[in-house]
Amino acid sequence: MITPTHYMLLSAALFIIGVIGVMVRRNIIIIFMSIELILNAVNINLVAYSAQLQNAVGQVFAIFVIAVAAAEAAVGLGIILAFYRNKETINIDEMNLMRW
Amino acid sequence: MGTAIAFYFISACILGFAVMVISTKDTVHSVLFLVLDFLFVAALYVLLGAQFLAAIQILVYAGGIVVLYLFVVMLVNLKRPPEAHSDPHRKTKLGFGLAAAVLAELALLAFRSSDMPVRPIVEAAAVPVTGNTEVVGWMLYTSYLIPFEIASMLLLVAMIGAIVLAKREL
Repeated sequence: MITPTHYMLLSAALFIIGVIGVMVRRNIIIIFMSIELILNAVNINLVAYSAQLQNAVGQVFAIFVIAVAAAEAAVGLGIILAFYRNKETINIDEMNLMRW
Repeated sequence: MGTAIAFYFISACILGFAVMVISTKDTVHSVLFLVLDFLFVAALYVLLGAQFLAAIQILVYAGGIVVLYLFVVMLVNLKRPPEAHSDPHRKTKLGFGLAAAVLAELALLAFRSSDMPVRPIVEAAAVPVTGNTEVVGWMLYTSYLIPFEIASMLLLVAMIGAIVLAKREL
């Protein structure tokens, strides 16, 4: 029997994989992909509870999350391109122009 | 029983491909594993009875966003691997430790909440239910019309912002 707890654990594991990707990798494109994984983990939770509660609101909010993820990917990748054009790198350890 | 097998298979694939996404050296391989991961998440949505969202997931994520990522990976021609230069102050082990702590906490919360009874919420307004797509569309265009319009404005602003940012000279 698959309960919402199973979905919560799957979602938590996917979320943590995304967080590890954000914290450990230095390639900013992979960091953006990890953020997509995190948003997917949130969506899995929303849809699992939408199915459990027999209420489609969770799916509506999952659609909003997908819209925000698309906007985030477009703007973020634009920033990566602009940065690469100026600094010839996509390593976040070298992206410290605005630090201190 | 069949649902349980499908769930465990799909979750194993989702988690396995997610680990591959963040652990492969080649960025292009990472993007391709991301496509597989999104497809299995879409399969999970079908398992949960959210067919419309599964279609949106495949069209928007596996179709649109991933192509955007591939474009950027191709445009950003890396002469040296980005992992070569490393910050000496970077604390990778601390990152793993904190992530494990958060995972333990989330799992504890999930198990704590599992014995609480989950009551189905009765819809206030009776929605004529004929299919998943119709239910979601009905809610999107009645109760959630204003968030829907704000989301479209957000997408417009993001599109203009991406074009401005990616232009050669401002």
